[in-house]
Amino acid sequence: MERSTNGVGKLPEKLIEVRDVSFSRGSRSIFSKLNLTIARGKVTAIMGPSGTGKTTLLQLITRQLDPGSGQVLVAGDDIADLSITELYKLRRRMGMLFQNGALLTDMSVFDNVAFPLREHTTLSQNLIRNVVLMKLHAVGLRGAAYMMPAELSGGMARRVALARAIVMDPGVLIYDEPFVGLDPISMGVIASLIRQLNSALGITSIVVSHDVKEIGEVADYSYVIADGQVAASGRPSDLKNERSDLVRQFMLGLADGPVAFHYDAPDYAEQLIGKGSD
Amino acid sequence: MLRDIWQTFLGFLHNFGAMCLFFMRLLQYSPSVIYKRFSLVAYQVYNAGALSIVIIMVCGLFVGGVLGLQAYSNLERFNAEDTTGIFAGFALIKEIGPVITALLFAGRAGTALASEIGLMKATDQLSAMEMMAVDPMRYVAVPRFLGGVISMPLLTAIFTTIGLLGSHLVAVELLGVDVGAYWQQLQNALDMEDVLEGIYKSIVFGIIASLLAVWEGYNSIPTAEGVGRATTRTVVITAIAVLIFDFMITAWVL
Repeated sequence: MERSTNGVGKLPEKLIEVRDVSFSRGSRSIFSKLNLTIARGKVTAIMGPSGTGKTTLLQLITRQLDPGSGQVLVAGDDIADLSITELYKLRRRMGMLFQNGALLTDMSVFDNVAFPLREHTTLSQNLIRNVVLMKLHAVGLRGAAYMMPAELSGGMARRVALARAIVMDPGVLIYDEPFVGLDPISMGVIASLIRQLNSALGITSIVVSHDVKEIGEVADYSYVIADGQVAASGRPSDLKNERSDLVRQFMLGLADGPVAFHYDAPDYAEQLIGKGSD
Repeated sequence: MLRDIWQTFLGFLHNFGAMCLFFMRLLQYSPSVIYKRFSLVAYQVYNAGALSIVIIMVCGLFVGGVLGLQAYSNLERFNAEDTTGIFAGFALIKEIGPVITALLFAGRAGTALASEIGLMKATDQLSAMEMMAVDPMRYVAVPRFLGGVISMPLLTAIFTTIGLLGSHLVAVELLGVDVGAYWQQLQNALDMEDVLEGIYKSIVFGIIASLLAVWEGYNSIPTAEGVGRATTRTVVITAIAVLIFDFMITAWVL
């Protein structure tokens, strides 16, 4: 998973390939024969209504979960075949930004960002200090280095988590719902950071989100997932012209459509006058 | 009805087996964690052990005092108040010291461990560690387990010592038992085996209490409610397990 600059590179185009993946939780099927590819050096968005398993897909890609059937290939290798040691080696080259940041609460911001370096490298304290300050500077929080995670706002915590995710200079960055619960300013900051990291470092980025507007600004390519399959894919501008009802409902944010406003229920009038089963 | 009982029983076996596997993994990783991450273990000895000292000492003093009172008032009827030391000392060293220390440990340190680990899980900190290629078993679970296992015998020793002091205060200073008789009788009657019985118990209870706390936290449902429930279960199950094992060890030793 070597770095490649945008557009240039002899390395294969597809960095991650999800092939015929099926997955279910209990009796509920989440994915059935899902196929998608993540292009190297691009920002790929994975969108879809709540509960379609977007986060589950990330867990499959990083092998926090194993698929029921099908394959997940990273740089051509099926990750199911990796030993734990190999998997951990692969994960060192991946950064992941969790929904709520997932900072370690008993360490300062500085120590959080330094954590992967201290665990995986033998760099001197001095060098670690410089690297950490550089990464914090990149997300604009060098001044918060000695605060504790509990003192940070939601947007700041997510930026610190982003600094931690890039501290090992990963080839792939995975964002799980990076815009959820942020004010417009923080959203803009995160969106521009995603874009910058991608263009400056050539990092392959996967962004899971349902923020249609924000995603439109950062993504090179988008997948819309619904009912366990890819419902639509293309550049964000193309998706707006998609004819499928479901994709239209999602992209335009309509209250009613294929994803019904009403959860399954008995007939309204009959239930009110006491007929039918309660 | 019968089927429900059967299902519950199967569920229990399933959990118990999973816990045994978890225990084996803790033991398997322990040597390397002690060797490579000793500072984490030392911090957990502080966290689980040192922070429990005050409660252990206060409780030890009063439990010892009560034993002194009870022993004196009963033995006095047979004019045997000189043997108060034996009664209080044996009870403390062999039974009450290890058992009450374990119960207090479960309440003070076990709940803290379970809720801390549960919260780390609920806020994705454990998943984040896995994604940073750091095994949370080695970084979070094993140091906490070892911290508890190391702390418990030390806490038991402190509890028992303070307890003896408490019963001395009540029996000798307050009720007027002869100080020489109090300690001499205890020294004569007490064998090394009796002390060892207490030590064995404290080691076993340390393993049980730490294992259950770490297990419950690590396997809690990652929600606010789930963490709360895991904390409660830690205390309840530890208390039951400690009392059952106390009976078994006593029966085995005697």
